Amino acid sequence: MTLFILTVVLLALTVLGYRLGRGRALAVVEGHPRQLHSLPSYHGYWVALWCGLPALAVISAWLAFEPALLHALVLAALPAELQALSDERLALVYNEVRNVARHGHPASSAAVAEAARHYASLRQILFISVATGALALAVAGLAHARARITVSLRTRNRVETIIRVFLIAASLVAILTTVGIVLSLLFESIRFFQAVSIWEFLFGTSWSPQMAIRSDQVGSSGAFGAVPLFAGTLLIAGIAMIVAVPLGLLSAVYMSEYAAPKFRAIAKPLLEVLAGIPTVVYGFFAALTVAPFLRDAGSAIGLSVASESALAAGLVMGIMIIPFVSSLADDVITAVPQSLREGSYGLGATKSETITQVVLPAALPGIVGGVLLAASRAIGETMIVVMAAGLAANLTANPLEAVTTVTTQIVTLLVGDQEFDSPKTLAAFALGLVLFTVTLALNVVALSIVNRYREKYD
Amino acid sequence: MTDTSTAVPAATRQSIDTAAAHLKRRYRAERRFKAVGLGAILLAMGFLVLLLWTIISNGASAFMQTYIRVDVTFDAAAIDGDDLPGLVKSSIQQRFPAVESRSEKRELAGLLSSGADLDIRRALAADPSVKGTTQPLWMVASDDVDMAMKGYVSRQPGLAGNRLTDRQIAWLAELEAAGAVKKRFNTILLSSGDSREPELAGLWGAVVGSVFSLAITLLVSFPLGVATAVYLEEFAPKNRWTALIEVNINNLAAVPSVVFGLLGLAIFLNFLGMPRSAPLVGGLVLALICLPTIIIAGRAALKAVPPSIREAALGLGASKQQVVTDHVLPLAMPGIMTGTILGMAHALGETAPLLMIGMVAFIVDIPATPLDPSAVLPVQVYLWADSPERAFVERTSAAILVLLVFLGAMNLAAIMLRKKFERRW
Repeated sequence: MTLFILTVVLLALTVLGYRLGRGRALAVVEGHPRQLHSLPSYHGYWVALWCGLPALAVISAWLAFEPALLHALVLAALPAELQALSDERLALVYNEVRNVARHGHPASSAAVAEAARHYASLRQILFISVATGALALAVAGLAHARARITVSLRTRNRVETIIRVFLIAASLVAILTTVGIVLSLLFESIRFFQAVSIWEFLFGTSWSPQMAIRSDQVGSSGAFGAVPLFAGTLLIAGIAMIVAVPLGLLSAVYMSEYAAPKFRAIAKPLLEVLAGIPTVVYGFFAALTVAPFLRDAGSAIGLSVASESALAAGLVMGIMIIPFVSSLADDVITAVPQSLREGSYGLGATKSETITQVVLPAALPGIVGGVLLAASRAIGETMIVVMAAGLAANLTANPLEAVTTVTTQIVTLLVGDQEFDSPKTLAAFALGLVLFTVTLALNVVALSIVNRYREKYD
Repeated sequence: MTDTSTAVPAATRQSIDTAAAHLKRRYRAERRFKAVGLGAILLAMGFLVLLLWTIISNGASAFMQTYIRVDVTFDAAAIDGDDLPGLVKSSIQQRFPAVESRSEKRELAGLLSSGADLDIRRALAADPSVKGTTQPLWMVASDDVDMAMKGYVSRQPGLAGNRLTDRQIAWLAELEAAGAVKKRFNTILLSSGDSREPELAGLWGAVVGSVFSLAITLLVSFPLGVATAVYLEEFAPKNRWTALIEVNINNLAAVPSVVFGLLGLAIFLNFLGMPRSAPLVGGLVLALICLPTIIIAGRAALKAVPPSIREAALGLGASKQQVVTDHVLPLAMPGIMTGTILGMAHALGETAPLLMIGMVAFIVDIPATPLDPSAVLPVQVYLWADSPERAFVERTSAAILVLLVFLGAMNLAAIMLRKKFERRW
């Protein structure tokens, strides 16, 4: 809350800086802005930036380092017998101190209550000093910049340089995200592979990630062979593709070659609605309607269908992917030059013959690319399989049985209580690394195929 | 055709006949092909209809909730002793004075929700003078009664495994005959936080959590996305670095969202020590997911602004940045906004990455700031879908309906924006 007020005050100062700078610029030239190098508003922006940026930097630094600083200071002031505790116990004590100080929880001992008081007062002192510092800096920056305004000051160039730096920094965020993904997955996976051999993980056929927490527990020794997961993922994604590719492709063909513009104007957005429905809704639909229906239908004809069968999850996932396939295929089919079709008609081919023998072969690379993109979507899809596929790691190709997938296991391993160092939670990151690598490879291949195809006809 | 050409030699005539027969077959194949294509579209739409129908038929009834009218003696001692649950029990026991045994009393109290005391509290707050008097009061029925009234649970006595006992069914019939049971619009569902009791569970906490998350997402991803799009489209030199950034953005758009959840867990929670389950972290993760969408939409919108606009502005002496901020960006803004709204709609429905950063906790309180633990709408759907009670099936569907209404509104806004500002150069 106090931070909010500080931000508002700072913003107000910045606005004031803009007005003062602009006014100063006009005053320097006695109301003849044409004599200035830059427009008066640029002088305003320049003063505002001088006012806001340094103070903002101070506040950001404080936000970033406050927890660590408080941690060090409070721990140093703890009584000796508390400091002698092991690291984990000490972390618990510190956590309690923080909860007492910030949320008013009751303290379990006098030492903790004392530390909490210390914490609160330190925090307040820090905040006041930072707030004073930031505001002083803002005022100083404002005064400094305002005093420097002259007729020939090139404020536009300076402001534009700052904006340019901001633009470049913004476009680096995308790179940083990728780097962040790769590093976090890689580091945690390496820690996982120190406990479990990489060969066992990639080629082992038994998956039961429950580790014994204490050595005297029975039963769960933990096995991290991920082959059943890969097989389950492929099975479900395969079923989804069997549903989505023909349906999506045929709809795209009808939509781009046969449909009247009016029909297309209604049908296309309706198909896109399928893509806009959140996956958690599909998951609920699969678990509530499709899976019981398949089970009942199976038992009616004498088949035993698991209530969390791969078929149910795959079917629903296929429905979700239909619009994805159809819109990509629609794009590539429309990109096939009209002259190819006309040549085929001129030879006496019917429309369907033209489509199957001329248009589709010409569009094939693009369609393959689209199908690969759809496959990567199916492999990475999470909520449908979490809600409709099982947790049992069966190694089977029977779509009527329950299987589990990579994404299901990632979610299951990480939801709920977790200690961060056990192979159980680290396994999720190793699975994530596999998932990331596979989908990335699929995407790179698919995009390069699509792009090469696009160049051919452009 | 053949009967008019009597002079045609026999061999030619035969080949014309085969061609005609062949042609018929080819036209049949043509019609078949067209029908299959139409069938595929209709099948896909049939799935959509089935999906929506399932959700609506399951969820519509959740917007009504059963209430039971009981004469409540607002006993001053119980109120001052803060024993409102006891007051609820004694009130319904007065309605059925024949009930004696403990197990019967428990079943009787089971007709009303365990949160029925809130109704008494509300009545007291609305009118403190009722204290000491006896007033009829509508109180929330338990989920089993609610399900029975809506026809999801059988009211036939003597069924094995029924949630309602035979005695409860008889009492309910008696109450109904006296006009003391009715369904009202379910304000609890829309105004309160989560609860383990289906009849007390509400969506408001999740709605607020979603609003906080999306606000953070918008605040982070919109400026960053627009800045990136502007830089790449208008200023960036064409070199290996910018090519790398472009490839990278295209690939980020296709990374499974659960991987972003792992990133959020490893970096935001474990490395930076941000709070678990907080909309702040959820919003940041969603912002990273949205960013590629906004950048790609933004670049397309910027590209659609014709170069003549830029050249005219440059010719009048504007600097490159002035061209962008004063002319190109305002012209591209409708397109960018459309892309942003669609990205936000996508973020609103995103579930998996939020599970990773602990937004699946059971949270009753309505979050007051983006730092408080909270659920979001799709996660609430996931949590309720996991609950075993029959009443939660109905409420999950209702939550989905609320989610779909929000999504529909956002998409409609995007479409209208596009229609209103669409410009052909």
